[in-house]
Amino acid sequence: MNADQPLFVRVYEYMADHSDELIGLIGDHLAMVFCGLALALVVGIPLGILCLRSEKLAAVILGAANVIQVLPSLALLALLMLALGLGFNTMVVGLFLYSLLPIIRNTYVGLKQLDRNLVEAGRGVGMSPIQLLVKVQLPLALPFIMAGLRVAAVIAIGVATLAPLIGGEGLGRVIYSGLNMRNDVKIYAGAIPAAVLAILADAILGWLQGRFKKGSHAAEA
Amino acid sequence: MIVFTGVKKQYDDGFQAIKNIDLEIKEGEITVLIGPSGCGKTTTMKLINRLIQPTGGSIRIQGRDIASLNPVELRRQIGYVIQNIGLFPHMTIAKNVGVVPRLLKWDKDKVERRVDELLGLVGLDPDTYRNRYPSELSGGQQQRIGVIRALAADPDVILMDEPFSALDPISREQLQDELVRLQQELRKTIVFVTHDMDEALKIADTIVLMKDGEIVQADRPERILRYPANDFVKSFIGKKRLQSAGTELVAPELAPSVDDVMVEQPATAFPSRGLAEAVKLMERRRVDTLLIVDKNRKLQGTVSIYNVLDQYAEENKTVADVMRPVEHTVPSGTSLAIALQLMSAKQLSNLAVVGEDNRFVGLITRGSVVRHMADLYASGSNGGDAYASVIV
Repeated sequence: MNADQPLFVRVYEYMADHSDELIGLIGDHLAMVFCGLALALVVGIPLGILCLRSEKLAAVILGAANVIQVLPSLALLALLMLALGLGFNTMVVGLFLYSLLPIIRNTYVGLKQLDRNLVEAGRGVGMSPIQLLVKVQLPLALPFIMAGLRVAAVIAIGVATLAPLIGGEGLGRVIYSGLNMRNDVKIYAGAIPAAVLAILADAILGWLQGRFKKGSHAAEA
Repeated sequence: MIVFTGVKKQYDDGFQAIKNIDLEIKEGEITVLIGPSGCGKTTTMKLINRLIQPTGGSIRIQGRDIASLNPVELRRQIGYVIQNIGLFPHMTIAKNVGVVPRLLKWDKDKVERRVDELLGLVGLDPDTYRNRYPSELSGGQQQRIGVIRALAADPDVILMDEPFSALDPISREQLQDELVRLQQELRKTIVFVTHDMDEALKIADTIVLMKDGEIVQADRPERILRYPANDFVKSFIGKKRLQSAGTELVAPELAPSVDDVMVEQPATAFPSRGLAEAVKLMERRRVDTLLIVDKNRKLQGTVSIYNVLDQYAEENKTVADVMRPVEHTVPSGTSLAIALQLMSAKQLSNLAVVGEDNRFVGLITRGSVVRHMADLYASGSNGGDAYASVIV
């Protein structure tokens, strides 16, 4: 590697030389993010639905999720490490906690903004509460839930770069090794793919959100 | 048959929405619940499918106390047409119409056939509309879908909560007509909530008038018009409707003459007027015919817009050149009945009233007849005395 070449050429060469390693790290990165988001959806959507049952419950649940969101990510991960030890699982739990608030809040708002008439129509034609939820409320709230997922995904991809600090893998590894070695090229080689991942996730989920919106309100305008 | 016995509904804050209602809703009829807002009419209706639970009394449908039935099952047996339409925006028309049959687990083919049949029933082509979304339909079409959704599982009882109130007047009339037509075939027990007395009179077999959570009067529309129970009913029905229900009481000797009805200053012109002037005059007076009179107001003839436009290019012509003679006139003092007979026999849109020497006095038009009728009823309702004297 020639130190006299421009930086972007050296970054490109490094990425080309280490493509296998980088792709592996991207895979690890995405695996953590997916697991964290999936958990957050599985737990967050029911919590969002629960919020709809009573204002008090909503205040408690949203308040708790908000506290988690406010904790600095490094501090939260350090606390989790003390409790759960090092490794992949700890990171997934961290990402899960970080993704909770946007998903709970958007599920709650999505359900709450529904036209009361439609809920009444559903009850009036004889839907059970579960049928009402599955056939009417959730499909119509889907664009909102997708928006929450989109926010959560972008946050999670960012936070996941901290994984190496608590013994996880992912693109953070290249960035931290670059930081330790004062090697700009390595820092870029880790940071650029991480940024691209976040941008792609935002774009793809944004597109999906638009489609759901269309589907649920088909040309309502 | 739906029977309310001593039904009450009190909310936690102590507000009594329904105070001790006894009511029998007859099978195969349209029963209209009507009253000012907050009178409990919608609450009463929602008690029937248990969207609202009563705090006292019982409601029986076909002898079965609905409190003993599972509310979800009960609602699938009762059609429900909601105010503001309430179609599910994320479902196609077919899905919306078939929602109750699918909840009842009918098989797919049967649901599809039923949906097509129902779309046909309200004049919407199944192939065109089946796969559309509600937002792609007009308001009137959407509420037709709302109505057939309620009919889908062929329930005996249908509840309709101000179903047409959000529609424009023309669609509303159409849907009312359609409902009456459908009901002649279907003979459902329909409970219909509205605040519009015209709507109630148009569709109801029985009208239940409510106020402050109580039933004020429940009877056939005809009887409510003729024998309103109290002043509240009278004011709610409106004076004009009460008047028109009693029209046959007008004594014949008081029948008006043409002089009472005619327009005294219709659009007239002198024979020397040019054609362009004539058009301008018609435009200003908003009429399509001018009567041509000379300086002594002797009737010379009549000119319609068509006569004028035919010859309009000829700048030198005057209305005298294009006018037609007046074939039918009635002398001043003729009774209106005779004039009307003449107008209907000869298919006249208007009829000139003349005095001595063919002097023009006024014109009877269809509009003037209608205005006269309107005045008659309005003035009659201001005091019952005018009527009393007529009857005596």
